[in-house]
Amino acid sequence: MSTKKFLLRKWLGHPVARSLLLWLLPAAFLGYFFYQPLLALFNLVLSGSATSGQGLNLGTLNPSRMIWRPLSFTAGQAGLSTLLTLIIGLPAAWLFTYFTFPGKKFFKTLTTLPFILPTVVVAAGFNTLLGPRGWINLGLMAYFNLTAPPIQFLNTFGAILLAHVFYNTTIIIRVVSNAWSQQNIRLQHAAQVLGASPWRTFIEVTLPQLRPAIFAATFLVFLFNFTSFGVILMLGGPQFATLEVEIYIQALHLLNLPLASVLSILQLLCTLLITVGHNWVSGLGKVSPTSTARRIVPRKPDKLMERLVLFVIITSLTILLVAPLTSLALRSFVKLEPTRGERSEFERGLTLQFYRELAVNRRGDLFFVPPITAARNSFLFAFITIGITLTLGVLVAYAQKNGAILNKILDPLLMLPLGASAITLGLGFIIIFNHPPFSTWRFPILIPVAHSLVALPFIVRNLSPALKNISPSLHNAARALGASPLRVWREVDLPLLAPSFLVSAIFGLTISLGEFGASTFLVRPDYPTLPVAIYRYISQPGALNYGQALAMSTILMVVCAFGIFIIERLQKPEKDIF
Amino acid sequence: MRIKTIFLIIFAFSLLIAACTPKTSPVDAQSLTIMTHDSFAISESLIAEFEAEHGVKVIFVRGGDAGTTLNQAILTKQNPVADVFFGLDNTFLTRALSEELFMAYESPLLEQIPAAFKIDPDNYALPVDYGDVCINYDKTYFSAHNLPVPTTLEALTEPQYATLLVVENPATSSPGLSFLMATIAHFGEDGYLEYWSALKENGVVVVSNWETAYYTNFSGSTGQGPQPMVVSYGSSPAAEVIFAETLLDESPTGSIIGPDTCFRQIEFVGILKNSSNPELAKTFVDFMLSVPFQEDIPMQMFVFPVNPHADLPQAFLDHVDYPEQPASLPPELIDAQRETWINAWIEVVLD
Repeated sequence: MSTKKFLLRKWLGHPVARSLLLWLLPAAFLGYFFYQPLLALFNLVLSGSATSGQGLNLGTLNPSRMIWRPLSFTAGQAGLSTLLTLIIGLPAAWLFTYFTFPGKKFFKTLTTLPFILPTVVVAAGFNTLLGPRGWINLGLMAYFNLTAPPIQFLNTFGAILLAHVFYNTTIIIRVVSNAWSQQNIRLQHAAQVLGASPWRTFIEVTLPQLRPAIFAATFLVFLFNFTSFGVILMLGGPQFATLEVEIYIQALHLLNLPLASVLSILQLLCTLLITVGHNWVSGLGKVSPTSTARRIVPRKPDKLMERLVLFVIITSLTILLVAPLTSLALRSFVKLEPTRGERSEFERGLTLQFYRELAVNRRGDLFFVPPITAARNSFLFAFITIGITLTLGVLVAYAQKNGAILNKILDPLLMLPLGASAITLGLGFIIIFNHPPFSTWRFPILIPVAHSLVALPFIVRNLSPALKNISPSLHNAARALGASPLRVWREVDLPLLAPSFLVSAIFGLTISLGEFGASTFLVRPDYPTLPVAIYRYISQPGALNYGQALAMSTILMVVCAFGIFIIERLQKPEKDIF
Repeated sequence: MRIKTIFLIIFAFSLLIAACTPKTSPVDAQSLTIMTHDSFAISESLIAEFEAEHGVKVIFVRGGDAGTTLNQAILTKQNPVADVFFGLDNTFLTRALSEELFMAYESPLLEQIPAAFKIDPDNYALPVDYGDVCINYDKTYFSAHNLPVPTTLEALTEPQYATLLVVENPATSSPGLSFLMATIAHFGEDGYLEYWSALKENGVVVVSNWETAYYTNFSGSTGQGPQPMVVSYGSSPAAEVIFAETLLDESPTGSIIGPDTCFRQIEFVGILKNSSNPELAKTFVDFMLSVPFQEDIPMQMFVFPVNPHADLPQAFLDHVDYPEQPASLPPELIDAQRETWINAWIEVVLD
């Protein structure tokens, strides 16, 4: 072996160097597709060279109303929403980890669907259920003979919290139950053999093992709530404003891009701070791998108590997550045309009219797109997103296995896209990518790229802890038995990572299918995704448009459920390999 | 080893998809790019005719709402990505002109267009269509409750109309801003806040966006909400008939068309400076002002043609009420005061 080769190999053997190498591609991706457009926008806007002489003019800035009030409200609602989501999500994660029940897979898919729905549709769904003329208020009014709807739901703080729980519970369920089901159950057994009560075992053995996953899920939910936009605007109403809402107002309604940029930078700084804080608390990279794994095998609930608890959890999940979905889907099959002259009498009837109309281009509109085409576009973008994020996610996860210093710096930079508002990213894309090879409007690959930026943090937060849990002794054993590094990866890491890959792919799918903000900037008129198509209908008056928007949303849910079904089918039923 | 093959399949699949996505086709002999907002629509046959006649491929880029699109045009003005910009309205007109986005073009068709629409005397921005933001009312509610439909802005503060009106927040909604400006046009900059506090006292409901106002709060459309009056568009009653679930011979809603109850929005087109094909861009602007395109406007975009030679579709003749005295404000004033008005409004109505 020549000295050069030897040095190279030695250098590659160094953990920091290896991690540097692994970071190369993800960092290049982020730098090119995220930091470049963002910095270009800020530079152009704040220097005033884009707008004729209108640089940053802080004269119109009212710090207490535009910064401090939204900021404290943003943080407060995000904290409270996250707490409520944990209260609902953790018992649900426990349920999905330990027990089997009829229809479990389907039910788990249902709890994922809220995540993908456009806010404007969710607002409509909540309205059909809880609005002034929703099923519940109408029922209560009829039953108690009331003249006014008893529940005031829309435009309240409660609506914001409920909608955030509705949207994000799936994050807690998926991330935590994935980690939970891969726990080494032998430790629990050992504790119990040594005389620990089940409660003490849970607190002292299970919980510490789950900590990274719970922290990661909490972090992701918090950031999602922190940058919440549609929910605040449409369900919270005009008296509530987060930073993201202020950015939107400044950029699109007042055309004050400099101020919008300053607020965006502030939001990014907050995201950075939250990420660093999270990494510090959760101790990024401090997972103690366990050598032998015996995993939890879900079983049927047998004791009466267990069944009771299960019943309570499933019922509350159904009420919170499934009922609004169902109400929405039902509404897309119901005709509600008032008979003339008698507005109180509604001619209710089942209809497929909204679905039939979706395929008809009645006005010969150039931009008409049948639902099947929109679904195909959405699927296409989603699968490219999965491809990009899994590739980059695996690289980052391996890089994070060692080289701690580097990760402390690079990891927060990777999470930053979660704090970037769709408006700033979209405008940045338009400045940078308006000429070949990447032209925003002529090259749809930028859509899955934008989706990948948002999805990557989820994938990394899923894969990284799973990878760290793989004990080095397994690698050493395989190596000692003469396996090549590639073979070690294929036969040790890959099977152990498979469940996390699955969860990652589902996050990639759902984030891409549901993304609306950046897509509106990047979508070509003849290439709309499902959420963009939904918005086209609901932004026009007329019963048919409203019905078609709900029909399209139902199609979106079915498409997503189908996607999850395919991804889950790819995984072989769990078998105990050790 | 199944898992491995699965991921191989996923990667291969995504690579395949990436490879299949259409690329830029530089072979287009001639192409013309139109930048516009996402409410823009046009008949397929009409654009095909234009393309055949001029041997050109017309590419539309639609990026978000009117504000988003204008932002895009401003940010890319050194490096324009389109030849023609359509969808600038009178509230953003001054801003766009001061950014010097356009080149002037005195289209021969401007002769046909009434002077009231030609707000930019130098013809950087040419009027294409107009629409009114009006209060829509639920006909059945008013007849069932034997309540006269209010005909003035002042009437809305009367106790009999308490809690019956839903409006949009002018900070987050463009019809909301238009209605605020209608009240400013009517009551003046000194009087509008007083009017709004009277409206607030009378229980006006404020929501963030048109979708919520129209489909959740308004009782006249399919949402059957609690308010029988909503700030929407003058053309919405016609849309209710055209997009009805069953055939209707009368619209369930109407527009209140008293003095200054409606605010007029005019939409303009302009040829972007540094357009790579200004001659063709001019031809396209002429096309937009000509009768065939003008007649296509109502059914596609639910606004009205500025060219009086264009005939309106039957539904628009039957179901739309036209205000005789729509409110308007000078574009320069809007540009200078917009933020002040909105902030003052927020303090009076929301705080």
